[in-house]
Amino acid sequence: MWKTFVAWFHRMGSPKWFYDITGRWIPWFAVASALLLIAGTVWALAFAPEDYQQGNSFRIIYIHVPAAILAQSIFFLMAMAGAVGLIWKMKVADMVAKSCAPIGASMTFIALFTGAVWGKPTWGAWWVWDARLTAMLILLFLYFGVIALQSAFDSKQSGARASAILSLVGVVNIPIIKYSVEWWNTLHQPATFTLTEKPAMPAEMWVPLLVMVIGFYCFFGTILMMRTRNEILEREKRTHWVQGLLSKK
Amino acid sequence: MYFDSFSEFLNMGGHGLYVWLAYGLSAVLIVINVVLPVMHKRQLIKEQARKQRREQQSS
Amino acid sequence: MANDKHSLRVTDKYSPQVISVSSWRAFTGTLKRDLLLVFRRRSDVVNPLLFFTIVVTLFPLGISPESEFLAQIAAGVLWVAALLATLLSLDSLFQQDMADGSLEQLVISPHPLAVMVLSKVLVHWLVTGLPLTLLAPLLAVMMFLPDEGYSTLFLTLLMGTPTLSLVGAIGAALTVGLRRTGVLMTLLILPLYIPVLIFGTGAVISAVNGMAVAGHLAIMGAMLMVALVMAPLAAGAALRISLNG
Repeated sequence: MWKTFVAWFHRMGSPKWFYDITGRWIPWFAVASALLLIAGTVWALAFAPEDYQQGNSFRIIYIHVPAAILAQSIFFLMAMAGAVGLIWKMKVADMVAKSCAPIGASMTFIALFTGAVWGKPTWGAWWVWDARLTAMLILLFLYFGVIALQSAFDSKQSGARASAILSLVGVVNIPIIKYSVEWWNTLHQPATFTLTEKPAMPAEMWVPLLVMVIGFYCFFGTILMMRTRNEILEREKRTHWVQGLLSKK
Repeated sequence: MYFDSFSEFLNMGGHGLYVWLAYGLSAVLIVINVVLPVMHKRQLIKEQARKQRREQQSS
Repeated sequence: MANDKHSLRVTDKYSPQVISVSSWRAFTGTLKRDLLLVFRRRSDVVNPLLFFTIVVTLFPLGISPESEFLAQIAAGVLWVAALLATLLSLDSLFQQDMADGSLEQLVISPHPLAVMVLSKVLVHWLVTGLPLTLLAPLLAVMMFLPDEGYSTLFLTLLMGTPTLSLVGAIGAALTVGLRRTGVLMTLLILPLYIPVLIFGTGAVISAVNGMAVAGHLAIMGAMLMVALVMAPLAAGAALRISLNG
């Protein structure tokens, strides 16, 4: 078991192998994410029941929560890929980490925007310094920092390594930031009503939510592979196999 | 179907603006996320083709 | 991680005791040199303090000079100003050494880089964080901070500013090889400063309201310890990358 994993890990490090295998995976992921997202959206908008307190604005949860979960896991994945790139000097890991950042930033933005829009009917204001929203805003700043650092270096390798260190520092800080923001929030305004914390959600509410979460993950997988493949083509464009591949089309 | 009519579906019990705004912007961002890598790849292929043409002309 | 190569080479020749002695020498050597350099360029010490004072002055002018109102925002204003002053002074941490080439000497020397980074950060704190902490109570008078807040303000700054210097060193190390660093470093570092800001001002506000502050101080101490252990390592690794690229 361990041996096959190690062998797989090493093959993953070869850009060509990664390019070939993801080329076979992408259609499956794309179809799965399209089906799940369309089914989940229709279910969420048209079939799920409304919330007894918040009415139909509750339907925003079906985007807000998956985007927020994804935004955090993408940051974690980015830091892990960065660490792999730093420790084992694996080029593919660097490229995966680089491809994560813009997707994660857009997911964070979706979570922030939907949270703000949801806040208007719920709290009566477009922006409330709610603990979760504030933590998301800080996460967005962290993503911007990583993206800015990536592009600040002339050499792609140094940019990748520097942003790997920054994302590792960020991952250590995210729990501290989350904890401190939550504490700050209870200090300044006692938590009267939080958007997503419901003790028990009936199945007809959480099943579409689960479908959306899985759909968002599949979508992320698809885009991540597409971006990483482009990154491979760009960085390996002097190699024989990439030139053959590009001229064929 | 939770709603009785299509106009009720659009209205979302008075919260239509918020729901459709949130879903609309998310849809736009998701489409942008798909389009950007596709365009990038096309551009890479075009660049390579141009480079090859240049090399053929010079040789 | 990055230091393994060097420490291995040293262990071949010397006993562990000798290594710790030589690390200590590297630490004190860097410390002495940097302190001497700072002593010769005294403006590096004065400028952040002036900045701190001016920023604090802007708030009564920009918002309102009423004592009741200023007392409410005093803790936050002092902390934000101290944070910005630290941030702006971080340029001096590695930039000068990069320009004259001594940073490369540090990186290729056989001593653990983290130890020397720690010594540089200590100097940075001695010339910016510590004076800021000493100046803050004076400015707090101008901001009408209630009497109960002074000792806590001083203590939180005393524990918070080293954390700021340590975390800031990572940002300074990541951007030292780049041309225009100011805005980029702000973008990298400010989000990481938020927990320190929250607990620093939170402690002062609790003290003013007559509540216990031991918990806040303990958390700030914990953050300082975490930064003390991890930041020199991260900054050292970042320096190696910056010098290669």
